[in-house]
Amino acid sequence: MSQSAIVIEHLSKKYQDTTALEDLSLQIPKGELFGLLGPNGAGKTTTINILCGLLRSTTGTAKVCGYDVQKEPAKVKDLIGVCIQETAIYPYLTGAENVDLFGNLHAMDKARIKARSEMLLDKMGLSEDAKRRSSKYSGGMKRRLSLTLALISDPEIVFLDEPTVALDPQSRHAVWNFLKDLKKEGKTLILTTHYMEEAEELCDRVGIIDHGKLIELGAPQQLVSKHGVKNLEEVFIKLTGRNIREDA
Amino acid sequence: MKAQRIIALTKKEIKKTIREPAVLFMIFLFPIIFVFAFGASFGGVGNNNQPTYNMGVVNMDTATSQNASQLLLNTLANTKIMNLHTYIDNQTAQNALSQGNVQAIMIIPDNFALSFTSYTTSQNNPNTWINSTITLYLDKASLTATQAVPPIIQQALNTIQGQSLQVPSSPIHLETASLINVEHSSALDFIVPGMFTFASIFLIMMVGQSFAQDRENGMMKRIRVTTTTPTEFMASQVISYMGIALIQAALVFAITYMLGFRPNVGAPTYAFAFLLVLLFSLSNVGFGLITATIAKSPGAATGISFLFVLPQLFLGTFVGASLSSTAQLAGKFVPSYYVTNALTTLFIRGASISITTILFDLSIVSASCVAVLAVGITLYAKYYKI
Repeated sequence: MSQSAIVIEHLSKKYQDTTALEDLSLQIPKGELFGLLGPNGAGKTTTINILCGLLRSTTGTAKVCGYDVQKEPAKVKDLIGVCIQETAIYPYLTGAENVDLFGNLHAMDKARIKARSEMLLDKMGLSEDAKRRSSKYSGGMKRRLSLTLALISDPEIVFLDEPTVALDPQSRHAVWNFLKDLKKEGKTLILTTHYMEEAEELCDRVGIIDHGKLIELGAPQQLVSKHGVKNLEEVFIKLTGRNIREDA
Repeated sequence: MKAQRIIALTKKEIKKTIREPAVLFMIFLFPIIFVFAFGASFGGVGNNNQPTYNMGVVNMDTATSQNASQLLLNTLANTKIMNLHTYIDNQTAQNALSQGNVQAIMIIPDNFALSFTSYTTSQNNPNTWINSTITLYLDKASLTATQAVPPIIQQALNTIQGQSLQVPSSPIHLETASLINVEHSSALDFIVPGMFTFASIFLIMMVGQSFAQDRENGMMKRIRVTTTTPTEFMASQVISYMGIALIQAALVFAITYMLGFRPNVGAPTYAFAFLLVLLFSLSNVGFGLITATIAKSPGAATGISFLFVLPQLFLGTFVGASLSSTAQLAGKFVPSYYVTNALTTLFIRGASISITTILFDLSIVSASCVAVLAVGITLYAKYYKI
């Protein structure tokens, strides 16, 4: 297996008249917590969707642990866990049943599902509510359950598309600590976020993407020094401008 | 393909059906309430249009000149209500009746002309009359035919004998061979086959809503990033909805049994009927997938599903029996028509599962099930991926 967890070469994605991603090249080593930053509609989710096999690129290649995402999607899906942007859980199942379902979809054995489920629900602060229908959960609990579903298979690489959006500060910090623990375990994490302090706190490196192009890449402190500003948010504003962006 | 994934997804669907009040209502409670309400209060079918009836005629009159029987047949044909079909013997005619090709059979006896002549030559002397009996077999599956055909024939007999209805004395008698059974049938019996079909039709709405909902809330995307294959996913959906259809059919049967429905058929016929309903449920899953492909949201799926629900409901269930002949012809283009027709032939006419009509209905339902399901899966996979 490759020493790079992710290798992206000249990746582009076009939708008729729109270019969502243009000639993106990037390498992410194993064990790195990488932040993909950018305004709304910059191409972050498109990149994540291509890497986890949900979208096909127009040109270029993307490899996950050496496997081409378009040619060997099943092998890629065996290695990854994805926390998608939507809080996707089955509301009519309990928290534990949701986790159990996704354990089975990853073809894990029963004992392992049980052990991982209990551990993850405990770490996410959901143990006491595990037997309640998830429709009764608060927004933060649903988000944490969604993250749990992404991690049930103990994946080597975890894609987290805005995992802390709409979480209260306590929940957000709990998730941060959990992500730090995952990094200590040697997992590779690719995170998209709009919270610059989150990226600054968690990420080894960040890539700033705008209009489908990678416009900056480096460690947060390195970028702060390079641009002579106080923090990553100012780097972000300096590079992407102050205009309000909305998704198309 | 891993059974573990299929079982897990099937369990999830079952839990959804049991736990989601809207799903539970649409799939189980609505058909149950409907069957109860309709079964308990159904009083008859009919409309203001003049219906026509197909009647088989077996003319056994041995007279050299068949003027008498021909006069009767002409009189019946002139009513414009009866379409007459001539059969060479009773057995051939009975086959046509059991397959629903005709709604009645009239057997003209061998001494009909003699009987008619004895009456016309000596109307006022009953002692010289030669008695004869016209036997009438009626389609027990047609409420309107059982009620309408005997009086029409009696009136035709009265006409050719120059009698008024108030003076029915005559050597020619009309005996309705199957009317005895019909009298024991309730209006419920005529609508039960359509009720089985009716219950399953609403799967279209549930499948459409379910897929659109899972797509909207990201669950479909979430499943696609696991190693679950499209085949495993679709297999779980098909198994789940077939299970639901089976429970629906069992519930409808239980309720109609409680209300007095007692078809005189054996276990193989019941098994065949359930198989037919299961096949039909698969075509409804296919229509549901087409609905989910077109619909952008669960709400839109509800509305769009009626494009498939209503034609099947109005043209192919018990409702169809009271529609115009044009609408009944249109019904032949919806799968539900063939399910209802087969169930009617089995349960009400008491036909064997091996007769041509049943085999034809089965082949149409099977072919439509494969075709609609294939179209549904192909369209959904093309536009949304599974």
